[in-house]
Amino acid sequence: MPKIEETSLPGVGMRHDFTTEDGNRIGVVHHRSGRRELFFSSPDDPDRVRHSVVLSDEDSHALSEALGGSTVIENLTSLQQQIEGLAIDWLTIHPQSPYSGRTIGDARIRTRTGVSVVAVIRDDQAYPAPGPEFNVESGDTLVVVGTPDGINAVDAILTVG
Amino acid sequence: MDHEALLLVELGGVVLALGVLARLAGRLGISPIPLYLLGGLALGEGGLVPVVTSEEFIEVGAALGVIFLLLMLGLDYSARELVAGVRSVATAGILDLALNFTPGFVAGLILGWGVVPSLFMGGVTYISSTGVIAKLLIDLRWTGNRETPVILSILVFEDLAMAVLLPTLAALALGGSTWGVLISIGVAITLMVSAISVAYWQGDRLGSLVFHRSDEVSLLTVFGLTLVVAGIAEGANISAAVGAFLVGISLSGEAVKKAHSLLTPLRDLFAAVFFVFFGLSTDPSAIPDVLLVAVGLGMVTAVTKLVTGWYAARRSGIGRSGRLRTGLALIARGEFSIVIAGLAVGIPGADDLPALAAAYVLLMAVSGPVAAKLADPVPRQVAT
Repeated sequence: MPKIEETSLPGVGMRHDFTTEDGNRIGVVHHRSGRRELFFSSPDDPDRVRHSVVLSDEDSHALSEALGGSTVIENLTSLQQQIEGLAIDWLTIHPQSPYSGRTIGDARIRTRTGVSVVAVIRDDQAYPAPGPEFNVESGDTLVVVGTPDGINAVDAILTVG
Repeated sequence: MDHEALLLVELGGVVLALGVLARLAGRLGISPIPLYLLGGLALGEGGLVPVVTSEEFIEVGAALGVIFLLLMLGLDYSARELVAGVRSVATAGILDLALNFTPGFVAGLILGWGVVPSLFMGGVTYISSTGVIAKLLIDLRWTGNRETPVILSILVFEDLAMAVLLPTLAALALGGSTWGVLISIGVAITLMVSAISVAYWQGDRLGSLVFHRSDEVSLLTVFGLTLVVAGIAEGANISAAVGAFLVGISLSGEAVKKAHSLLTPLRDLFAAVFFVFFGLSTDPSAIPDVLLVAVGLGMVTAVTKLVTGWYAARRSGIGRSGRLRTGLALIARGEFSIVIAGLAVGIPGADDLPALAAAYVLLMAVSGPVAAKLADPVPRQVAT
């Protein structure tokens, strides 16, 4: 991963930027006023901004969402590679599941299998680190981390109880 | 009309006129400062519509304007930024001082003003406009450029230099003994170092002491505190402006960010009044006589800022076009030149100084940004 440089702009705000593999500089200026500016420069004059876009709060969320999804998966994948024997899986709650409409605590997943539910994904939105009182609905996807055997056991629990 | 009614109408008229001028400046895409000055010139003695009744009130407003300008300048910078800024451009900062102070000083001597008023004129030509340049960088979308931290660091350096320069000039203007002047400078430097140290180690705590969840409490506390410190500083001959600057520097941390939006409208109002007041106290009929000098001085000090910027950016490893942009950005002079000239009003031998400073700032506040825009059009935007 390229190193993100942080530069203080006295009186204006803060700038974070890095150079892409193609030699383009990309960065964001966080103005004191709250204004966010995304900018790019081209290799022929790396000092100068070629394009810039002002992002509202909403825009920034949308952009980070668009980029962030893949980052989460990438990070999980690299985590998986780092810890041997660790498995990550996405398990969907089917309508017939005995735990559809019940809480995560009811399934006693960690006690029975040692597997952790790290997030619930519902309608494209992620609920990270759900507590035992989190209500699981049909169609939800549970992101689980544990041993491969443990995850198979969770799959069985969620399907047949 | 009785006195009070007249005062309200006249004052309202002045502020309303400022509103129109600010709108016009926005339309033209220039800094409103030159227009405020012109407005003041038109309203003063020998101008188009002399303002008499509210002049006293405007004078107080102008004093508040200087205090707010410097307070906000101090608030804008954290102690870490100040220290880092000065370290990163120390050599360039000294070159900047030498190259840009000298033309004003020499011009004053040539005009036969004597040493003290000439030193003030040196201050006028030295200091770039933080306000105009910060706006320029944002408007031209230069904030992402690599040379931008260099430009901003030079401005930080200048602002700190001004904190030493102002008490020096104020002491000189009072005509004290050499010792008196040296003591004023010593006190100012000691106070500045202590203010920066306080901000460096305890700024967040101090900030949260002064600023409160309630906007009202924060506003009254910071306003009162600043006025008291500014008043004491003025009494101690180190100038109210420096006192306000020190208050601004001492406060930092999260709380200050909120205070920024709270104080900006007050700063804008009183700073505008200050520029008008400067225009008011300047005799417009003196301007034609000094216009040629102002233009000459403008051309010389545009070149000296270009050299400064080129040198500073080259030291930071910026390419040729970036060096040019740095120099162009630094050309603009504005509020702080007027602050310095304002201190010189009334000192003997400097009758033409306000007129020259006004004409000079009128030229530089407009031509600096225009030169930058011409040299480097706004980058094409993906979307607006």
